[in-house]
Formats: sequence, structure tokens, C-alpha cells
Amino acid sequence: MSTIERDILKRTDLEKALRQSELEVTDLRARLAEWEDRYDALPKRDAPFSTVSGREVKPLYTELDHSPADKPIGYPGMYPFTRGPYATMYRTRLWTMRQFAGFATAEETNQRYKYLLEHGQTGLSVAFDFPTLMGYDSDHERSLGEVGVCGVAVSSLADMERLFEDIPLDRVSVSMTINGPAIILFCFYVAAAEKQGVDVSELRGTVQNDILKEYQAQHAWIYPPEPALRLIVDMFEWCSANTPKYNPISISGYHIREAGATAAEELAFTLRNGFEYVERGIARGLDVDSFAPRLSFFFDVHNDFFEEIAKLRAARRIWARGMKEKYGAKNPDSWRLRTHCQTAGVTLTAQQPENNIVRVAYQAMAAALGGTQSLHTNSMDETLALPTEKAVRIALRTQQILAHESGVALTIDPLAGSHYVEALTDELEEDAVGLFEEIDEMGGVVPGIEQGWFQQEIANSAMRQQREVESGDRVTVGVNSFTEGSSDVEIEMLRIDPEVEKRQVASMSDMRAGRDDEVVRVTLAALTEGCRSKENLVPLILDCVRGYCTLYEIRAAMEEVFGSYKEPVFF
Amino acid sequence: MSDERKIRVLVAKPGLDGHDRGAKVIASAFRDAGFEVVYTGLHQTPEMIVNAAIQEDVDVVAMSVLSGAHMTLFPRVKALLDELGADHILLTGGGIIPENDVADLELEGIGRLFGPGTSTSDAIAYVKEWFSTTDDA
Repeated sequence: MSTIERDILKRTDLEKALRQSELEVTDLRARLAEWEDRYDALPKRDAPFSTVSGREVKPLYTELDHSPADKPIGYPGMYPFTRGPYATMYRTRLWTMRQFAGFATAEETNQRYKYLLEHGQTGLSVAFDFPTLMGYDSDHERSLGEVGVCGVAVSSLADMERLFEDIPLDRVSVSMTINGPAIILFCFYVAAAEKQGVDVSELRGTVQNDILKEYQAQHAWIYPPEPALRLIVDMFEWCSANTPKYNPISISGYHIREAGATAAEELAFTLRNGFEYVERGIARGLDVDSFAPRLSFFFDVHNDFFEEIAKLRAARRIWARGMKEKYGAKNPDSWRLRTHCQTAGVTLTAQQPENNIVRVAYQAMAAALGGTQSLHTNSMDETLALPTEKAVRIALRTQQILAHESGVALTIDPLAGSHYVEALTDELEEDAVGLFEEIDEMGGVVPGIEQGWFQQEIANSAMRQQREVESGDRVTVGVNSFTEGSSDVEIEMLRIDPEVEKRQVASMSDMRAGRDDEVVRVTLAALTEGCRSKENLVPLILDCVRGYCTLYEIRAAMEEVFGSYKEPVFF
Repeated sequence: MSDERKIRVLVAKPGLDGHDRGAKVIASAFRDAGFEVVYTGLHQTPEMIVNAAIQEDVDVVAMSVLSGAHMTLFPRVKALLDELGADHILLTGGGIIPENDVADLELEGIGRLFGPGTSTSDAIAYVKEWFSTTDDA
């Protein structure tokens, strides 16, 4: 047979196949129309039939809503990773159960960490108090009344040493939620590991270090965007050379969502922020594959079960495509989106708080079905105060039941091929691409922040959701419906004794008295000088930290050059 | 007559807490209810809030506190208002504030404090009710 004859045969086969699939589609449409007639003829409940993000949901999804021919679903661990970042997923290792915790002083939080590790938790996650989050020492006047209240107070290396006393930092992975002063707390952590005699190249864990979403949503900033972004790229550079197993950033949608964004906004803003960091790294002259494999993510898992699963699947696909096709990354690890998830604090209700256990369980299941790498489940009492040990234990048990009893971890990406989930995954990806275009039209992420665009979008979405709840259009059980029993809240609460602040302030003054003032002066001056140059600031900050300079002293030494951020105020 | 002029409200975020979803939602709801609303922005000290309240000549200061520092911040703002002869201003607010603390703060002359799950219409009704019963100079 000649080549031409073979080609003709091939074409005939192809034409036959196409005709066949056209016939199938026609047939599907006909059967769908038949069902639609029946559906239209029957009464429906009076309900919104839209997700909590306002996405209209059709009564039925079919093969016609997603086309595997254009977008093959693929395989886990393979580009574009829709089905999961790893080939074996939970068959090798379950997700890390990582409960965010911190309160009072380093000693008290250290006790809580040991308790959690003894109860089967597999990683630690540090919650800092507001002064620490903002870069103030416990004895600074702005810290009054807030020390140790919403997290643990860490003002110097001495506090960090106490926080991890008897917890081997080469064996336990630690996640730290800190952003504005992230580089300083990271250096406390590295120096505390050195003091334990740990080889810092063995450090595993994550520092949140995502400043862009601070301007957009969470608001714990210090410096203006440009110097803040420089600090982040300094971290990328230093960590890729010195702590290769450590994630120097966790690009976070959580706070964007909690502040009011929709699922699509959370997805788009977070990934666009991620790409912004990549562009900044490349602009510094770093090889994209030298730092991109250590970029990690953090998403919220809200009430809408399927939309949240689809969001995580879409996130992996968008990230992989962008990294490979736009930014030219060649290492598959650079394409692979790895994420932590937390159930949505904003969905917890103060009314009938025990109901929150159920909300958290469904959200946790969505996180597992979405293929998360680690998970925090909220405690039922968190709308009232910091969680008690009992509430935390129930939250952890919720994950253990999910992992070991429910069967969700048996097979990989079990919802793949679901008409609804695949259609939602495609839709969310399209929404995100649309939002990327809007952001690019403004000139990128930083101009969008300076104009208050992100903040306004998020506030508008929050207001829309509030109206839906208040009008009764959207049912919140125990709040606007089924309210019987909502007023008898009898729940034990953890309270922080005001003595904590006094003790912490006293220990600061002991620490200051015991250090070498000359070392403090010299290392801080060198840091300020470094801020004027293009030098990587991590080694200079480490020098300050090892000499027991405090958080605020280091913050201020950089602020002298960098200035501080002024928020655009509006509502 | 009190209903001839708009109720002026300062929505304030004291302390280091960055959670402003509630503050922005209540500010928008107050505006939609016809109040004149000034929002301070984040990270305000009690001094900054009281100065703004006096400068803006407001009737009400509504503080949003989710940081757990309410037992420090509400009494401090109240004391400063009294000190500066602005005790005619209603100090109210909301956030994550346990019931017992709400009761203690009320004893110190602080107005109603609203918890999670409050309907904005309850807060609006409360402010209107308070305003209608105060003597308006």
C-alpha cells in the first residue's frame, strides 16, 4: 500500500469517527431535551440553586457540559496535575494533619504542641499574636492588651527557643503564619534550629510570607509593596541555597476568601499573586526552576462541597499551564501545585456551635477529595474564643475519621469524570483566566492593590453574601433558620490571663539586660546599610537575631530605609 | 428635631487586628440606612479614634474588635471620650466578644455590643432607637 493510499484510508477512518461522534451528540441532545421537558413540567422548591459564591448551578450535568476531547482529565502526578500533584497521593502518605495553634507565651504554646504531637498530629502550625504579626515587641506600647491573646508572643530568638524546646526541628515540620515580618521570624526559626544543633539544610516546613494577600485581605503589613517583595525574593534566593526542603512562601487564598471573596476570586487572585512572585524572582535573575519547586499554596475550603473540590483541581491545572507555558519552567516540580487547606472559619456560627463540627467535617471531606497535602480543621468554638483542648481534639478526630474510616483516601481523585465536577473545574478555570485579564489591564497586582481594586471586589462580594443571609435567601442553619436552641450557648472557653502580658514583658526586660548591646548596635546598623544596597538581607538579619536583637528593633532598622505602608481607606 | 439631620457614625478598627470584613459590611449597611459614615481604616490607637470622633463631630463610635483585646480597648476609648468631654457620644461595637465580657462592659457605660451572626438591621435599629431617645442640642 502506498503512503497516499494509507493517508486516504486514515482520513476515511477519521471521517467515519467524526460522523459517529456527531451522531452520538445529536442523540444525547435529543435525550437531554426529552428530560428537560419533563423537568420543566414539574414544580421546584423555592431556593436559589446557586453556590455560596453566587454561581448558577444547572439541575443536571451531562457529557455535553465538559469535553474530554479538548481537555483530557489526565493522570495524577502528571501534567497538568488536575487529578493531583503526586502519582500515588494518599496511598503513599495521608495528608498532614496540621492544627494551627498558639496562645499566651512560648512556654504555654510549647505544652500545647507536645499535647498535639502526642495525640497523633503530624506537623505543627504556629499562630502568632497580633503584635508579632505586625512586627511589634511584647513590650511595645502598641501591643498593650494584645500580647498572647490571639496567638503566641514571639519577640526574639529567646522566645523561639522556648517555643520549640524538646521538639526536634529536623524531624517535625513546622508551618508559621507570619507575613509582614516573615523574614525576621524565619531567621528566629533558623537560629533556634542552629541552637538545637540541627543541620539547617534539613529544615522542613513553611513560612506564609505572602505579602500581596496582606494588602488585599488580611492586612498585617509593614513595608510598602516594592521593598516587601524584595524581602520575599531574598528569601527565595537564600532558601534555595541553604534550606532546600523548606517552603519560603505559602501563597494564600485563605484570607482572601475569608474576607469575602468568591471561590473564583480566591482562585484567581491567589494564582495571579503566585505568578507575580515568579515574575519577581525571574526579574532578580534567578532561574525559575531554582525556586519554583518550593512555592506552596494555601486554600480555604468553604461550604459548597463540589465547587471547592473543583477549585483545587482547577488551581493545579492553571498553575501547571502557567509555569510550563508562560514562565518556561522545565522541572516538573515547578509545575506541581502543592497546597495546605483549612476549613472556612467564616462559616462557623456562634449560634448552636456544636453544628460547626458537622460543617467542618463536610469541608474537610471536600479538601481530601480535592487532593490537599495538609489540612487544618477548625474547632467548633472558634467564633467565640480560642479553642479549648477538647474542641481541638474533636477537630483532629474529624480528620482521622475521614482518613481512616470514610474511604475517601482509598483511591485517587474519585470524582474525576463526574459531569458536574469536571464542568465546574472548567468553569472556574475560565473565570480565573477572565480575572487575570482584568488584573493585567490595571497593570498587574501592585497597581490593583494601590487602586484598592482587590479590596473593593472582596468587600462587594462580602456585602452580597451578607444581604443573602439577612434577606433569608440563603439558609444559615441556627442563624436565620432552625434557630430553636440558638440562644443557649453553653460552651467552655479558653481565656488568656492578663498576667501573660506582664510575664512576657518581664521576660523581655530580662533578655534585654543579658545581651551584648554593642553586638545589637553593630548588627542593626549593618542591616540598615544592607537595605540601601541590593545585598541579600537574610544573612544580615540572621546576624541581628543571633545577637538577640528583637523583632521590633529589626523591623525598625529596615523601616528606616523602606518606610511603611499606607492603606487606601474606603468601604 | 433629631430626625431632621443624619446620624453621624464613626466606624473604627482599634488595635492591631486586620479583620475588617465586619467593619466594612456594617459601614456599608449604615450608609445604606441613611447614616453619615466615616471609616477610620485599620490599626488605630484609642487616641486616634477619639480624636477622629471629636473632629468629625459624630453621634456614635462603632468599634469592631476581633482580636480579643476588647477588655482593654473599649474602656480605654470610653475613658478618653469622657475625659475630653465627649461623653454624649455613644460607644458601641461588635466582634468576637464573649457574653460575660459584654455584660461587664455594659456596666462600664459602653453601649450594646453585637456578636457574630448579628443582622445589620439589628445594629441599625439599635442606633436609631438610641438616637431618637437622646436630646439633640
